[in-house]
Formats: sequence, C-alpha cells, structure tokens
Amino acid sequence: MTQSRTSLIAWLQAGPMMLVFVAFFLLPLIFVVIVSAWDYNEYEMLPAFSFRGYTDTFEGCIVQLPELCTILKTYAKTVKLCFLTWLITLTLGFTIAYFLAFHIKSKTWQILLSLLCTIPFWTSNVIRMIAWIPLLGRNGLINQGLIDLGLIKVPMEWLLFSEFSVVLAFVHLFTFFMVVPIFNSMIRIDHKLIEAAYDAGASGFQTLVNIIIPLAKPGIVIGSIFVITIVMGDFVTIGVMGGQQIASAGKIIETRLNALQFPAAAADAVILLGITIVIISMLTRLVDIRKEL
Amino acid sequence: MTSKSTLELVQVSKLFGNTVAVDHIDLKIPEGSYCCLLGPSGCGKTSTLRMIAGHEPVTSGDIIIGANNVTDLLPAGRNTAMMFQSYALFPHLNVIDNVSFALKMRGVDKAERHAEARKLLALVDMQAYEQRLPAQLSGGQQQRVALARALITKPQILLLDEPLSALDPFLRLRMRTELKRLQRELGITFIHVTHGQDEAMALADLVVLMNAGKIEQQGSPREIFNYPRTEFVAKFIGGHAVIRAGQSSVAVRNDRLILKSPSDGVSGPFVAGTIKEIEYQGTFVRVSIAGEEGNDLAAELSDDTIDQMNVSIGDRVLVTWNADQAHPLNSSQIATVPTAGAA
Repeated sequence: MTQSRTSLIAWLQAGPMMLVFVAFFLLPLIFVVIVSAWDYNEYEMLPAFSFRGYTDTFEGCIVQLPELCTILKTYAKTVKLCFLTWLITLTLGFTIAYFLAFHIKSKTWQILLSLLCTIPFWTSNVIRMIAWIPLLGRNGLINQGLIDLGLIKVPMEWLLFSEFSVVLAFVHLFTFFMVVPIFNSMIRIDHKLIEAAYDAGASGFQTLVNIIIPLAKPGIVIGSIFVITIVMGDFVTIGVMGGQQIASAGKIIETRLNALQFPAAAADAVILLGITIVIISMLTRLVDIRKEL
Repeated sequence: MTSKSTLELVQVSKLFGNTVAVDHIDLKIPEGSYCCLLGPSGCGKTSTLRMIAGHEPVTSGDIIIGANNVTDLLPAGRNTAMMFQSYALFPHLNVIDNVSFALKMRGVDKAERHAEARKLLALVDMQAYEQRLPAQLSGGQQQRVALARALITKPQILLLDEPLSALDPFLRLRMRTELKRLQRELGITFIHVTHGQDEAMALADLVVLMNAGKIEQQGSPREIFNYPRTEFVAKFIGGHAVIRAGQSSVAVRNDRLILKSPSDGVSGPFVAGTIKEIEYQGTFVRVSIAGEEGNDLAAELSDDTIDQMNVSIGDRVLVTWNADQAHPLNSSQIATVPTAGAA
C-alpha cells in the first residue's frame, strides 16, 4: 500500500519533466524519423514510404570510391572541426578548472573567478562571433599591427573565414561548457587524497594522471557531450566564421530546408544524430556517468 | 650514537599567518616506541604530526630522523608514512590497487606490487576484500586498508592522525588493541595523534601532552597520571582533584581522597564541603562534593567504604588525603581546559 503510494508520488514528481521531454523532444524526433522515410518532389513531400532522402544524400558515393564524395567529405570535415574544438576546449577547460579548484584557496575567489568566465555570455552568440571580424580581417587589428611592426609584408588570409577562425570561435564560445562540469568534479576531490598520493611518493604529474584525471572523468565526459553535440550540429558559427565557404553537417540540413526538401533534411538530421550518438556512446564507455550523477 | 630512526624535533615552530600553532617544541621519540601526541583541539598536535610527515612546512626549527635532517625533504623521502584521519583511500581504486599505490609510483611491475600488497593485506586480515572499492567497505575495514597502504613503503615511522575517531566505541577498542599489536610486531615507531586521554594511556609508551602549541608534559602514561606537573595536565588527564590553597594548588588522585565526617578529627590537609551527588559506577562510587573556596571535588570510593560511612546527599563532610599523595602543581602554566575526561 505505502509502496504503491510512494511510487505514485515519485511518478507525479517526475511527471512534469517527462511531459516536457515527450512533447518537445521525443515527439519531434519521431516526426523527423518518420518524415525522413517519406518521398518528395521539387515542391512538396509525399507521404509514401521511400528511402530517397537517404539515397539522394549519398548519391554517387559508391561509384566515386575510393575518392570521398562531397557528403562524406563534409561529414569528415565536421568531425575534424569537432575533434579540434573538443581537444582545445578540453585542454583549456581542464587547465582552468584545475586552477580554480586547486590553486584558488578561498571559496569567494573561486566563485568570483567562475563568474568572470561567464562574462562572454553577457552578449549574444552572433555578436561574440562578429566581434572577431575587426580583429582577424584582412585589414583587421592583427594584420595591421603585424604589418606596421614590419613582421609581415602581406596580410595573412587564413585568420578569418577559415577553419582557423571557425575553431577559434567555437573555443571562445564553448570552453566554459567544459570548465563548469570539470570544475564541479574537481571540487569534490578531497584534498587529503592528493596529500595521500604525495605521501606515497607520487610526483605532481603522477598525481594528475593517477588521481585527479580519473576522479574528474565524469566532468570531462559531461563537458565533452556538451561541446560535441553543439559543434556537430552547428551551422551558424561555421557559416559566419567560415564566410559561408565551409560545408558542415549542420549546413547540409539548412540547405535542404531552404530548398524545402524536408524528407532529405530529416534524413540528414537522422544521420547526424546517429554519428553523434556513436561518438557520445564511445565517450560514455570510458566512464559510467549514471554512477556519478 | 642515536639509532637510525630516532625522531627529534628541535625548536620546531609553526605559524599560520600570525597565529602560533606550534611554539618552539623540543621532542625526542626513541626508535620503536608508541608515542601519543595528546591534547585538546587546536593545541598544535596535528600540525606537529603534519610537519613530521612533510605535509606542512615548518616555520622554524629542525626535524631530524636518525642521522638525517629531513626538515626540507618531501614526504616520501623521510622514511615516514601517514595514515589520514578519514583514511583518504582513493575512491576509484580497489583495495589492492590502493595498497600497492606507492609501489606503482616507484615503477614496480604489477605482479610484484600486488604480491607485496597481498602480504600487507594478510597482516591486517583483509585478503578477502582485495577487489572491493573503498565505498564497499565498513569504516573498520577501510582503516585496515589505510594501514596496509601506509605500511607498504616499509616506513620506520608511521604517523596516525586520529586513527580511531571515525569508529564506533566498540570497534575503537578493538582497533586500539590491534594497533598496539601491529606496532609491537613491526617494531617501528608509531606516532598517534589523539584527543582521548584513555586512548593515549592504553597505547603509548610515551605520552606527549600538548597545550596552546607547547608541550605541557611528556612521559610514560604512569608518570603523567601519577605526577601531573600542571593544573592543565591534571585536569586533562582526568581522575584528579585539583585543590587550591591560597596561591598554590595540588593534585590528588580521586581514588586517593578520603571522606571523614566533621565530628572526626582530621590531622592533615583537608577541604570541608557538602555532598552534591552520589553516583554508583560499578567498580566504585563517585561522590561529588561542593567544597569551600570553590574546590569542587569528586572522590572515588569503594562501595565498602560508602557502606561503612552511610553518607547521603546534603551531608557535611571533610575531604582529606595523605600528604604524600598530593603533587604540587606548577601554577605558572594554568590554562583553561575543557572538562577533564572528555573523550
């Protein structure tokens, strides 16, 4: 009796979140999957079962092998940008979180410095991206400065509207998403454990590898999920910072949508989702996050 | 010539900002002894231990182990090992990896370090648990693992920071016996920080009683109990009546106090008072007496004596003692202490 009542209360408590989840995540996802298997022509979708969305996407890919077709090249590029962003945000995020958690002794300063990290979020995404343009442009601050110093003769073209500027903007935008979960894992590490490691003769590096990284793993994985999912699906940052010249998985979907080819767009979305799930599940195999939450 | 692991502190001080935690202490702990650093919280005992371990830099003074000045050495270079208060086991490593951690850091290969760890797990009777994670162990089991982990480097001095405080009273007594047995079998020095005088009495060869950053008194438990040097010692160690007479005061063991009725003549020193409380304690009866001049006493008498005297609450009594049982206290170091006998 009491058993069933507590379970009823538990369901009621979980209910609102479940409804939001079903209405705004699960149902749209199901629609996307259904639509991805519909047929279409130049101007409308046809509610008939067809894999055209998928086959059109990979059109000619098998014929061209071993040369990569456009779509595969695009996915490869997206994964490459994502990997670079992940690597840099992880390195930066881990270092910043380490500094905050272990070198800043007072709680007040820890909070203050964490808040400082949120300052970039006071302006919108687009403004934060556009702000790079006067800095990196051909006649931007950096090129002008280097030319005036006589260090270079011609402006460096690769600073803006390049993979460099895309990754730079991603790092700028998303490092904080790494810092927070890693910091959160790190402040839960008992300082006595580090003393115990020193007592056992571990060097600073050995302590980092054997104690701190394993104990910060949940934070590392959660931060990585944030960064990877955002970057894999991005088309705005790649568009603005890549000068609309760099293709990405997100941009393919956008292009299809603009052409009103909804089944094809949905098929691309499903493919992207699949790839992202594969990456995330590889990550989560490293650590059981359910245990840590 | 001092033996190779005699520990000597020479004028060691520790300041945290302007706060003096440890104030110019000198201490010599012979090889193979069980030493308890005893004192109320904030007396500097833990800071002293951490300085010996190398986890806290000394502000001034020297720490010498055997023939080496280890003052500026890293923790691992001192031939000491520390067992932390809450054990500080690595939560992500199982028992055997926790125990063999120090050997892994030295680059010992897996088979060899696990074999060594198993020997130590056998010593603390934990072989059956080598695959468990710390969270799957009880407090007492965690402590055994922590002990094995500290001992794997074969330290000459084992430092224990309040090792028994996290255990329930029953387990505490059992582990206390076990610590003493281990120390005896291994023949190494144990330095054990505690605020429980009963723990120190039961375990130590050498009790070092600290107060406000200084060593108040050191000696064997019997010396300290029978000849407390200051009022602080007498009160902290418990079981003593501190009796003030004018400027000076003396300590008399509670079980050496004698009760007389006012009609009996008393030839020696005495304090007159009224019985406040009579508590039966099994092996003795405690009679609390509100004495004159603020001398509150608690005489511990055998039930036979109580039966013969036939006293009750509110009676006027004279409390007396044999003059040779009274130890004059050094009044210059009177300090406030928590209630004597606090665990």
